[in-house]
Amino acid sequence: MNDLSSQNTDRKKWMSLLAKAPEGRIAALLDTATARPGFDWLRAPEVGSVMVRGRMGGTGDAFNMGEMTVTRCALKLGCGTVGHGYVQGRRKACAEAAALIDALMQTQAAPRIQAEVLDPLTEETEARQTSRADKAAATKVDFFTMSRGED
Amino acid sequence: MYVSVKGGERAIRNAHGWLAEERRGDRNVTELSLAQIREQLTLAVNRVMAEGSLYDPDLAALAIKQARGDLIEAIFLIRAYRTTLPRFGYSEPLDTARMTCDRRISATFKDLPGGQILGPTFDYTHRLLDFKLAAEGDAPQAHSQPATQGEVPHVTEFLNNEGLIEETARTGKAPPDLTREPLEMPAERALRLQALTRADEGFTLGLAYSTQRGYARNHAFVGELRIGMVAIEMEIPELGFAIEIGDMTVTECETVNQFKGSKTEPPQFTRGYGLVFGQTERKAIAMALVDRALRWEELGEDYVGAPAQDAEFVLSHADNIQATGFLEHIKLPHYVDFQSELELVRKLRRTVQAAQSQEAAE
Repeated sequence: MNDLSSQNTDRKKWMSLLAKAPEGRIAALLDTATARPGFDWLRAPEVGSVMVRGRMGGTGDAFNMGEMTVTRCALKLGCGTVGHGYVQGRRKACAEAAALIDALMQTQAAPRIQAEVLDPLTEETEARQTSRADKAAATKVDFFTMSRGED
Repeated sequence: MYVSVKGGERAIRNAHGWLAEERRGDRNVTELSLAQIREQLTLAVNRVMAEGSLYDPDLAALAIKQARGDLIEAIFLIRAYRTTLPRFGYSEPLDTARMTCDRRISATFKDLPGGQILGPTFDYTHRLLDFKLAAEGDAPQAHSQPATQGEVPHVTEFLNNEGLIEETARTGKAPPDLTREPLEMPAERALRLQALTRADEGFTLGLAYSTQRGYARNHAFVGELRIGMVAIEMEIPELGFAIEIGDMTVTECETVNQFKGSKTEPPQFTRGYGLVFGQTERKAIAMALVDRALRWEELGEDYVGAPAQDAEFVLSHADNIQATGFLEHIKLPHYVDFQSELELVRKLRRTVQAAQSQEAAE
């Protein structure tokens, strides 16, 4: 989206990354990087659903396809910084870790969290995607014409 | 109507106890874990997610285990669970052009940009039982080769330079939601697609097959079939911008159908569309065929009385939870109903017998 400030663009990027991380992974990276700061819940972790939409014909108007599970929460650090966690599935501990990382990324701790949590997570995600894409590439068909029959 | 009956609590408790024991089966056999179901019975998990209308592989695996592998029972469990969840909102419509494709084939265009990718398919296997799977052993590793694939545009989009393929309208209209308002006729296409994507696979397959055999023949080609991972974006109100809240595997099928033209439309290729959770190829193709058959009215085609053209018939019977609920309720106690039927039949018989003996006497 063009109307996002660059701050929002960055935030969108890390929140999207955290939402899709494998079970337990963000908490493990967070706890290796730093001791967890104290916080108050603004919204304790809750599990709910999101109705996923598709487009008719892939490009037309929207239709409702079905739901997915999502866990969300919001918290406030001692310094007043607010962090939001949105993760796929029913994963309250992951949502809490995601919200803490979201909050810490808006504080002085950002460079450290970026280097020790978000960067490794990005690499792992890309490695998983590449591995799958490479297997798909190996099943790509190379057509060659054997005989056209007009000779 | 059925009337509640008291009694039988002990029998029910014991039946459930036995069910739990039978579910476990022989205790000398290792118990199945949810991870095993999720990772190794993936296509069953996908079907339960698609027809349960809730994308959550762990929950679907649990439902399959609890249902002892009865997939409709598992779907029932998922549908029931789904109703307990608060709804956080609606996603942005999926951008399937940005899908990372595990599989992407076209039966109509051999040299499509991005190429034909077979993916982990059963196609071209010999359908002979593989007894190697009966013995425990290591599975072979898949081959890899560096991927160059960028975005993979929809086949029909870039082949539409001549205008020979029907355009899909994009007006920005908000779609109706079957989970919020009951199904009402006439059903617009968005509502039909929502009903079809969670419809019973067998029912959808049978209807789609009927269109191929000539009941509302519309001669479908698979323009494109793709399976892969797509990101789900949602606008987060408290943030004021959209983030990706997850990703999911979906199967998308777009058919192109020969169309001679009608009172309102020129000769062109029309399209049917299937989009289903998970790797669910048969269902997605069947959905596209049925979608196309149901579009007869908006395309100005004739209604030939085929089942697949009848939206009321298709949509009212496609949901296997509604169907099984009504079907299976007839095994529950109907003692009072039946008592009155019994009285009626006895009375009718007495009347007939009386008439017969009077005839004989005359």
